[in-house]
Amino acid sequence: MSDTAYNVALTVNGEAVSETVEARMTLADFLRDTLGLTGTHLGCEHGVCGTCTVRLDGVIVRGCLTLAVQCNGKRVETIEGASDSNELADLQEAFRVRNALQCGFCTPGMLLAAQELLLRGGVPSREEIRVHLSGNYCRCTGYHAIVDAVEATAQARAGSAR
Amino acid sequence: MKISPDQPSVLSALDRPNSYIGRSVPRPNLQRLTQGRGNYVSDTVLLRMVHVAYVRSPHAHARIRSIDAAQAKQSPGVVAVVTGPELAKVMTPWVGVLTHLKGIKSALQHAIAIDRACWQGEAVCAVVAKTRAQAEDAVGLVEVDYEPLPAVTDMETALAASTPVIHPELGDNLTFARKHEAGDVDKGFQDADEIVETTFVFGRHTGVTNEPRAIIADWNPGEQRLTVYHGTQAPHMMQNIFAKHLALEEQQVRVVTKDVGGSFGIKVHVYPDEMAVVALSRMLNRPVKFVADRLESFVTDIHARDHRVKAKIGVRKDGTITAWEIDDLTGIGPYSVYPRTSGIEANQVVNLTAAPYTCQNYRGQCTVVMQNKNVMCQYRAVGHPIAVAVTEGLVDLAAMKIGMDPVEIRRRNLVRDDAYPATAPSGIKFEKLSHHAALDKMLKMMDYDGLRAEQKRLRAQGIYRGIGITSFVEITNPSAAFYGVGGAHISSQDGAAMKLDAQGNVVVHTGVSEQGQGAEAVMAQVAASSFGVPIERVRIIMGDTDNTPYGGGTWASRAAGIGGEAAWQAGKALRANVLAVAASILQAQREMLDIRNGVVVDKDTGNERIGLNEVARIAYFRPDTLPPGFQAELMATRHYVPRAYAFAFTNGVQASWLEVDTDTGFVKLLKHWCVEDCGTIINPQLVDEQVRGGIVQGIGGALFENCLYDERGQMLNGNMADYLVPMAGEMPDIEVGHVVSPTADSELGAKGAGEAGTAGAPGAIMNALNDALQPLGAKLLVEMPFTPARVLKALGKV
Repeated sequence: MSDTAYNVALTVNGEAVSETVEARMTLADFLRDTLGLTGTHLGCEHGVCGTCTVRLDGVIVRGCLTLAVQCNGKRVETIEGASDSNELADLQEAFRVRNALQCGFCTPGMLLAAQELLLRGGVPSREEIRVHLSGNYCRCTGYHAIVDAVEATAQARAGSAR
Repeated sequence: MKISPDQPSVLSALDRPNSYIGRSVPRPNLQRLTQGRGNYVSDTVLLRMVHVAYVRSPHAHARIRSIDAAQAKQSPGVVAVVTGPELAKVMTPWVGVLTHLKGIKSALQHAIAIDRACWQGEAVCAVVAKTRAQAEDAVGLVEVDYEPLPAVTDMETALAASTPVIHPELGDNLTFARKHEAGDVDKGFQDADEIVETTFVFGRHTGVTNEPRAIIADWNPGEQRLTVYHGTQAPHMMQNIFAKHLALEEQQVRVVTKDVGGSFGIKVHVYPDEMAVVALSRMLNRPVKFVADRLESFVTDIHARDHRVKAKIGVRKDGTITAWEIDDLTGIGPYSVYPRTSGIEANQVVNLTAAPYTCQNYRGQCTVVMQNKNVMCQYRAVGHPIAVAVTEGLVDLAAMKIGMDPVEIRRRNLVRDDAYPATAPSGIKFEKLSHHAALDKMLKMMDYDGLRAEQKRLRAQGIYRGIGITSFVEITNPSAAFYGVGGAHISSQDGAAMKLDAQGNVVVHTGVSEQGQGAEAVMAQVAASSFGVPIERVRIIMGDTDNTPYGGGTWASRAAGIGGEAAWQAGKALRANVLAVAASILQAQREMLDIRNGVVVDKDTGNERIGLNEVARIAYFRPDTLPPGFQAELMATRHYVPRAYAFAFTNGVQASWLEVDTDTGFVKLLKHWCVEDCGTIINPQLVDEQVRGGIVQGIGGALFENCLYDERGQMLNGNMADYLVPMAGEMPDIEVGHVVSPTADSELGAKGAGEAGTAGAPGAIMNALNDALQPLGAKLLVEMPFTPARVLKALGKV
């Protein structure tokens, strides 16, 4: 172990993980390169595009602006975990049926960002959805279909909650 | 928003029962992507794979005196440090010219600069290491001794005698020029009551694909074979080029393209740093990976646009347009990009200007010059956004000048819908367009009169809203006229091979590829409809030169129209073959049978005769029970290329409704509409989403995106914090409508739809802005992007 490497122990998608990481390694690189969780994508690596969005202790963060060592003792959730738990199943289905993704590269981050809004409950306006997703860059769709899919999911969840 | 599920059509547009043509079938395999389980090149890991990072020139133009790599070679994890001359021993250079662009010239370009860097960001040395981070560490240790040279940056003075010539062997900085004259232009201007002139400026911008360019090259010295995992739009083109420049046979090269994180024309070109990757793998006998980081993308992904167009229109008081004249100047960086060249966009501007209109008096010229900036080349809607904004900007200016409504002047000048086939003043030929039907539909969709009334009412309250309209044509389904005739090995034809598997399901191998636009879904819909099975029984194989028919890939809105027709024909051929087997089993007449919903039926009654699974079982496992001499043929291949017309032109109309904050210069987009005519619509949802995504890319160039350079050729905003792209918050809802004029060149009748959005949006935004600010006496806004600062300047506030 070099003098810039540290041991970290954290939970990733419910699984205990212990690894040695370089101090400079980002959480996104750790997830992708060390753990093989490649659903977390890298679009800009300077915190603008939102493609690397993951949850850290339940709150969405930029995986490229978070260091792996900062996650010691914390709980990380990625798109793979949120898919396997079925937490996002309705939102993912709405994205599929509405074609709210084209190349799919922004989609994992977009889904986690949208889910954060949806978890607040209620049915956000299209404007609120657009503002909430404004940290996630999509080059393909023009966003309209994404707003449709998030709105439809919010309406369906609100309907079934009643 | 309620999402309605797709419903089966009652009657097929193409006369097939249970057709999927015209249905919004969701794309197959999307769960893979929504679950983060895609397979992008940037995700891919191979055994013994190493990573390359490049030392890139910090100068726009500099001689490389020497490179000292001694320290870098000692850095942890470093496998090799390779300079341009070393790499040139295994890879030949190229020149980006095509013979049909008369007189086009460019210089010899190497994968890594040999003795001179010609733009900021050009790779001058490769560092290969076990990890990308280690490679980047060592990049910082390579000492390059540069002698800075004068940089040519201003395209206006690129041809001046006092400007240095970038490539002395070429004699000047001119890449390409063209002059076209039709009708009697001088007389046209003499006949005009009013002549309006202005100069339109289109900023440089770039693609910003969400996944940067990515490639892994794996040379296997045991097989003497190269496998390249490549985020490209044109796998077969790249196979040809990798082979050519490594002195291999094409069969020694396999290009595999799985998921691609966005392309838009960015990933259809030859990039020197990607060519270096395949050469490095050959040198090192192991897999080498390169994924551009975002900062590299901004200075190496092709840039686009960067045009200055002087333009003039003549108009009579009754609204008749009498003449057009344009003079386009564009700067393309130090090299014409290989193999498609950087002359195409300006050539398209000359071809497409004035194209929707009847006035045939047209003078168009373009001048394409070299500069010490990043290269410029074809990006989504090549040339269209320029030509459309210039044409439609001129039409609005003419209307303004004579006091006519912008819709009325278009009505009086657009080519009549019953006047086809027709020829544009540039000579391009149109089979069937629908400008007037599209405009009529648009006016209803947007409630044009209602919006005009609202605009007037709000102006009285100091709220400034504008309506901008653009009519346009879009080039799709290109024949060999685009590249092949110029000598490029870029296929305009495409093939589809369809086979029945042993369970009676269908596998389709196609030469077109997927970047997210939905080509896989379109192929599956066409194949299922043509052959006669439920879509769930169709599997599509694409993006692998070892396993697909030779094809062009996905660019110029060609996948559905060309690849789709090949799949349609292959489906028909396989159906005939399978029915021959069924007929021999059933001792029936082949002509009396059909395949519907996965079952062989009597054509007349629809009565079930035998399942495809049973046909397949007998054909594959009990051929001994078939009549002597009968051989079942369970795979059929068909190819297709458009022949009657060089291009299947589509048309459409867009409208923007926006509001300008006259205190801050901010523009709020309230709504955007598009009515387009792409012929037969195979999947309405996918067409609409292509249009929407394209519009937002067009809006990006109109309002936000600009690659800013200083006079030394340094890019000033090469990161996503400073280079603005459209985000969800600023974008409007977009309504899409259709008119359907199928092409008779194919049975399907489908034209492309990938670029219509980008073609028409910037002009619509420009016209809406000027419409909004006209009552305030603002100067015309004609320089994109229309930033708040430019809006305020037009208003005279700064």
